[in-house]
Amino acid sequence: MREANIANTEHRSPLRRIAIAILYAVLIAVALLQLYPLVWLFLLSLKTNQEVFGMSPFALPKSPRWENYINAWFDGGINQYFFNSVWYTIVAVVLTLILASFVTFALTRMEWKFKGAVLALFMIAYMIPLHSTLIPLFNIYNKINLIDNPISIILSYTTFNLPITIMILLGFYQSLPREIEEAAVMDGCSVHRIFFRITLPMTTPVLATTAIINMIYNWNEFVFVNTFISSEKWKTITVGVNNFVGQYLTDWGAIGATLVISILPILIVYLFLSDRIIEGLVAGSVKG
Amino acid sequence: MKNVMSNKTAIILYVLPSLLLVLFLIYIPIVLTGYYGLMDWSGVGQMKFIGLENYKKLVHDQLFWESTWHSVLLALFSVLSLIGYLIVSLLLASKLKGANLFRKIYIIPMLMSSVAIAQLWMKIFDPMNGLINSLLSMIGVKETPLWLADPQMALYSVFIPIVWQYAGFYIIIMYAALINVPQELIEAARIDGANAFQIAYKIKVPLISGVLKVLVILAVVGSLKYFDLIYVMTGGGPGHATEVIASYMYKEAFGKFNFGYGSAIGFGLLILSMGATWVIQKMLRVNQG
Repeated sequence: MREANIANTEHRSPLRRIAIAILYAVLIAVALLQLYPLVWLFLLSLKTNQEVFGMSPFALPKSPRWENYINAWFDGGINQYFFNSVWYTIVAVVLTLILASFVTFALTRMEWKFKGAVLALFMIAYMIPLHSTLIPLFNIYNKINLIDNPISIILSYTTFNLPITIMILLGFYQSLPREIEEAAVMDGCSVHRIFFRITLPMTTPVLATTAIINMIYNWNEFVFVNTFISSEKWKTITVGVNNFVGQYLTDWGAIGATLVISILPILIVYLFLSDRIIEGLVAGSVKG
Repeated sequence: MKNVMSNKTAIILYVLPSLLLVLFLIYIPIVLTGYYGLMDWSGVGQMKFIGLENYKKLVHDQLFWESTWHSVLLALFSVLSLIGYLIVSLLLASKLKGANLFRKIYIIPMLMSSVAIAQLWMKIFDPMNGLINSLLSMIGVKETPLWLADPQMALYSVFIPIVWQYAGFYIIIMYAALINVPQELIEAARIDGANAFQIAYKIKVPLISGVLKVLVILAVVGSLKYFDLIYVMTGGGPGHATEVIASYMYKEAFGKFNFGYGSAIGFGLLILSMGATWVIQKMLRVNQG
């Protein structure tokens, strides 16, 4: 704030103004580059093929073809993919959050021998490229009959999101005051009671952040579903969209509508919770 | 306090499920990848032990090194684009009104799946009706490029959506570090007569160098294992013009059912990623912990 005041009061020279104008111009140009492809996608989703191929790509659709969405949703089978994505995402997010909270609580609050080693195991796991695990994972799931089974997807999402989730939670747990827990111990509270009744409720804000970050990862995941799932009825929207586009290669409007449907849930959540998401992304990456 | 908080059953109950998942689905597979690499195996039926044959083949496999080179190029390109991201984040952090809004807009592509981004950019790159070539013909370019279909250009074409996808991510992290630079230092420098460039170059950037080093590692390791977008956009083609390590591994294993050789490539990917992290940490002397 103080710097802004300096800019506004002390340096009103024309040179300073030009500098600020250029600065804004650059920032706006970057914003347009980041946003325009999405606006174009949305316009595309409302066009007919004639409009796509016969007119300028910058033109607005004459009358928006909302039926592109209806066709994609029902005829394209997007509805099935969509609901699969919803429930895989929710189940995996809940599992990851519970398991990661348990581990983080044990790592930051409890006394035991191999803490350092266990923490290192989770940290190193974060660095391992998941593609290097793909062939054995396929074989393991195959042996226990989990190929083409949603359980393999949920287990994979949960496991591969654990390290980053624990890392984000760790910073938050370390900043939580211990006094309440200590008082509870004095009163004869059991450790489970302390965790569920005292610590866990105090972590709600960071749980919300990690839940959204997990949700974004799971919703957008591609390679696990593409490798472990073969039946249409179990595919997620990410993989489904890819197949759909392969089949309807020429109907650009339908493709546009499908892509918009696939990104809409995340965009809606982002609209309401953008600050939390950004916080989580920053926390998660810098600690990695 | 001590008794309650060192309750052994509770610790086992809290840690073991996650630990088992990570051991069985990450660590054991990593060991198995190295082991399968010693086998001649199609994924079904008997494995045949062939010793180091796959690894020998890998070392002499032109296509593997070509894919690795593409991954390394992507890493170089990503690290170079960090400079661009840094400039934007420095502008963003110069305390202008609306910085928060810009930050929110920049991150949006990062929220999309690589598949959606790949499909979107395939349309943008379309030689006939795509956004870019229409724009180029509007400003009078006669021979518009083929982008993804041109073997000479395809690799650089796929880099563009990658830069687009991650721009906001790197910018917000640099921005978060920059706004934490103590105001006093900046003001002291200003009083001493430093201009905006000097302040950025001599004070702000050195002060966030820790974060920048982490971002270099993220960019390099992320590039080496990059897969989804390239696999969907080009499948590694045309020819093998856009083949990267992970796409080569995937096609060998799940396309041609060479699970043994695919595993050897997967093990190569692991060694390269871990090795790159180690080397960069040594080079930049990053103290993580």
